[in-house]
Amino acid sequence: MTGIIDLSRRGFIIGTGAAGLSIGILSGCAPGAKDEVGGPPPPEVNAWVHIGTDDVVTIRIARSEMGQGTLTGLAQMVAEELECDWTKVTTEYPTPGQNLARDRVWGDFLTGGSRGIRASQDYVRQGGAAARIMLVQAAANRWGVPTEECSVAMGVITHGPSGKTLRFGEVAADAAALPPPEDVPLKDPADWKIIGKPLNRLDTADKVTGRQLYTTDLKMDGMLNAAIKAAPMRGGTLGSFDASAITGMPGVKKVVKVDDTSVAVVADTWWQAKTALDALPIEWVPGEGSDHSSAAFEANLEDGLTADKAFVGNKVGDVDAAFARAAQIVTAKYNAPHQNHACMEPMNAVAVWTPEKCEVWCPTQNGESALAATAEAAELPIEKCEVYKQLLGGGFGRKGAPDYISQAVKIAREMPGTPIKLLWSREEDMEQGFYHPITKALCQGALDADGNLIGLKIRISGQSILAGIMPQALVNGMDFATFQGLLPINDNEMTGDQTLRYTFPALLIDHAMRNPPVRPGFWRGVNANQNAIYLECFMDELAHAAGRDPLEFRLAHLGGDPKLAAVLQAVADKSGWGSDDGKARGLCCFYSFGSYTAACAEVTVGDDGTLKMHRIVAATDPGYGVNPQQIDAQVAGSFVYGLSAMLHEEVTFENGEAEQKNFNTYNSMRIAEMPEVETIVMPSGGFWGGVGEPTIAVAPPAVLNAIFAATGKRIRQLPIKDQALR
Amino acid sequence: MTKLKVNGKSVDVDADESTPLLWVLREQLGLTGTKYGCGIAECGACTVHVDGQSVRACVYPLGALSGEEEITTIEGLSADGNHPVQQAWVELDVPQCGYCQPGMIMAVAGLLNTNPNPTDEDIDAEITNICRCGTFARVRKGIHLAKTKKS
Repeated sequence: MTGIIDLSRRGFIIGTGAAGLSIGILSGCAPGAKDEVGGPPPPEVNAWVHIGTDDVVTIRIARSEMGQGTLTGLAQMVAEELECDWTKVTTEYPTPGQNLARDRVWGDFLTGGSRGIRASQDYVRQGGAAARIMLVQAAANRWGVPTEECSVAMGVITHGPSGKTLRFGEVAADAAALPPPEDVPLKDPADWKIIGKPLNRLDTADKVTGRQLYTTDLKMDGMLNAAIKAAPMRGGTLGSFDASAITGMPGVKKVVKVDDTSVAVVADTWWQAKTALDALPIEWVPGEGSDHSSAAFEANLEDGLTADKAFVGNKVGDVDAAFARAAQIVTAKYNAPHQNHACMEPMNAVAVWTPEKCEVWCPTQNGESALAATAEAAELPIEKCEVYKQLLGGGFGRKGAPDYISQAVKIAREMPGTPIKLLWSREEDMEQGFYHPITKALCQGALDADGNLIGLKIRISGQSILAGIMPQALVNGMDFATFQGLLPINDNEMTGDQTLRYTFPALLIDHAMRNPPVRPGFWRGVNANQNAIYLECFMDELAHAAGRDPLEFRLAHLGGDPKLAAVLQAVADKSGWGSDDGKARGLCCFYSFGSYTAACAEVTVGDDGTLKMHRIVAATDPGYGVNPQQIDAQVAGSFVYGLSAMLHEEVTFENGEAEQKNFNTYNSMRIAEMPEVETIVMPSGGFWGGVGEPTIAVAPPAVLNAIFAATGKRIRQLPIKDQALR
Repeated sequence: MTKLKVNGKSVDVDADESTPLLWVLREQLGLTGTKYGCGIAECGACTVHVDGQSVRACVYPLGALSGEEEITTIEGLSADGNHPVQQAWVELDVPQCGYCQPGMIMAVAGLLNTNPNPTDEDIDAEITNICRCGTFARVRKGIHLAKTKKS
């Protein structure tokens, strides 16, 4: 640990991994850091690397870890260039406040869009390389020899001619005093020894013993617990509540009006707080959107499918002319419902507020926006606030929003100096989501007499995420994110990784925006999930209508994209596409988050309509595969999230209120439904694609296409839930 | 004051008898390894053992315990993390975010208590915990690996 990473307040020690440190709280611990061997801590070598006199290498991780393995992957990248001993690597999170104070030396903290590694791979590798150069220089200086005579491996610097050696821990303090090198060349990927290896995660050990602490497990002296309830109906506000009805209940300390929409009960324990909150008489005032009904909104979505006005996302050739000369026109209508992230760890945060300072401990995918939200809610200058990021118990996009952090701070303001731990109930989590947007699509294809696709139209009708939560990102009212995976090929930083890879002679993909009064959000995979269903299930429909093999039909339109064709061919080959083994197969390929992905699903559907997903062969080309073992875990895990949505997940609203309050009505896939997943990681090099999200999109279309292959029946209404498959 | 036996130790608990065991463990006894996920016995994040049997502690009221039962939480599953399930979990890197895993591990350990050699069908029937990260593929491999290990 270092003097820069301030462990002072309430004595947090943050670190994970091989060195056996764990996240913990040493209540009342004196300010300042402590070296592992008891001496004064050497300063950091640079912002990314600290090395103790005991050779323990602490790598700073700016991005959040929520299970996706980014922490381990980023550490691999720094360690690769550092040439340290991987078994001595541990990690820690710098705080957003430190980042601010140090002119954002760690760059962006945002962890979303499958950008955790790909958007920081260059500068974190440079951080490791720069530290290595400084360590070697320090050793060379001590020996009085030129650095060219020195080599470095496994955390040991060797002077070739003399055979003398120095460990990193012996020169770290000297290295820290050197100026950073100006020229920091990076290794050729062909020489990587740690990147690209299927290494175990650094953060597993404590997760199997219960020692891993999440925010909700933190304890502090004098801490109280808060349960909260916000207006359950869209647009609703807090009218009145009768605090006197619960003031005598066990443990209850205070009833707090948090803001215009929510009320909280603070008690000794959370169970007491929640019990009292459930008993609190509350009057809600309906507002705009409180009459929202999913069933009634269906008409708006239908209207959008044929409306004249729509934003054009991708247009090629003269699609009307193509349809005019079609021998056959195929039409299909698909939908995608609202879904809740339903992270296993509900929203929660710990806050301590005084007029001088506000500190927050929280799970967040965006440390810097959490800090900004803290400062705003605290009504303090941002320099007087700090956020200590904790391991997330799942994020999936939900924990990029800081609503629960603001609430915790507002409650803490009512009890200055008292640490307040706010935890949402599962019901609150279900009611106050940032829901996956609701859309429908009308897909139309024009085939000529030879079964060639001469024109394709996809009209998307429905909700825009950006209009709902980031209207400043709209371009002339249009939401480019709606067209994720369907955009024309381009090199724009924000859209170039989400493009359509098929070549069609005539094409029109457009969006009639229809926004319900339901807060949308970025839900793992985001709009790629339904867009892949719209495109890839419909491609399957077109292939069948044309009397062509779905693999051949896709490959015929992927001539301009060998990378996507390669992953598609790989899954078809591995799965035994065309084999007659009693299992029906379905394909999907899609490009999103900068990675090329494909899946081949193998299913059977019983005579009674029972679906059995036997196996899904998946392939991904993310450019570089930093850790194939963790990529495999992300592919299989993303399939669960995507297939669970396909099978079960739908949030509906009535009178503005989410009708699904818990996992009994918002079901989540269990192990019995889990197919075997076989992952082919086939990085082709030369680009950096994402991992956490891209593959989620290919599993559901592959399964839906396989269901058709098994039954001859198309499922276009999602989720499948209790629809008869035969 | 209620007496309980938790992880081999006798403890005194001062809580209303309607309080679910989950919150007794977490808030009275400081055993935070057991997690809250749903409060209605759907997700299994709160799974602990009562006399070796898996129970969902979020709906198990303190008043339902006589005090004689042996309650085991993730913290007491093994002395040093060497229960066969824990060994298998580390070897295969099963957890992702890890939040549901104490419950998952306890559910699996409970299954192995009653059925030391579960088939895939047994696993499908008995392991109903929710994991939103989607670790199921490795959970299944982990169960089969755990069968071969000794603590």
